[in-house]
Amino acid sequence: MPVDQIVKTVVFVIFTVMTLGGGLGVVVSPRIFHSALFLVLSFAGVVGYYVLLDAGFLAAVQLLIYIGAIAILILFAIMLSRGLMAERQSQSNQQWWIAALVALLIFVVLAAVLWRVDWPVASQQALASPSNAISQEGSQLGRDLLGPYVIPFEVASVLLLVALIGAVILARETES
Amino acid sequence: MIPLHWWLIVAAALFCIGLYGVLSRKNAIGVLMGIELMLNAVNVNLVAFWRYITPQVLTGQIFAIFVITVAAAEAAVGLAIIIAAYRRRDTVIVDELDIMRW
Repeated sequence: MPVDQIVKTVVFVIFTVMTLGGGLGVVVSPRIFHSALFLVLSFAGVVGYYVLLDAGFLAAVQLLIYIGAIAILILFAIMLSRGLMAERQSQSNQQWWIAALVALLIFVVLAAVLWRVDWPVASQQALASPSNAISQEGSQLGRDLLGPYVIPFEVASVLLLVALIGAVILARETES
Repeated sequence: MIPLHWWLIVAAALFCIGLYGVLSRKNAIGVLMGIELMLNAVNVNLVAFWRYITPQVLTGQIFAIFVITVAAAEAAVGLAIIIAAYRRRDTVIVDELDIMRW
């Protein structure tokens, strides 16, 4: 096994521990604030995954949008709705064991199916040598977004505008 | 390279953890965090498929970008709804937000 391979595997394991450990922390932590901090850890693990998968632009986007925006937004919401939730009984509802059972069952089924399928992976050679798309990924992404994917791109901008206005209207103080 | 199966199984595990969070959390914000985990798992899958199966076209990454966009919009609107509900009903426990239950 070449050194490169070993390093990649070790890094993969570290990011997996971060992602899955953070994820578990999110769902089982007794305090909602700690959950949000674990969520940041989990997102950071996914950033590492993107770097490992040669998706540098997505890694930056994940860092900026998920950790920089969504996680902070969630922390704000927790702060604004605290008081009531600070010290209360358990954070899980009575059906948590059914939920755990369902989630475990789905994971077992998914894992069994995913493991069995023979994915049409590109040849080792094509994977190892960085292709054109990967080395010029940033500019190619921009060209694709404004070329073949321009309509979804525009729709996404409208969606963001709608979400922006909707969020402002929903969260606005209602004067009575 | 790390085998594709590993990525897929890790993503499946992350998805199921998120699913458990959505189904078991009392706090509406906790439910939202579970949804974010599930969306992340989907993104890992998309990028892994792109890297291993079609590295010459960037479709997988483009899809991941759109998923991130939708996730951002969903988080903003979802949290706004939670804040509004908290202001009105003084709670963020999903069991107690049953005003629309028939």
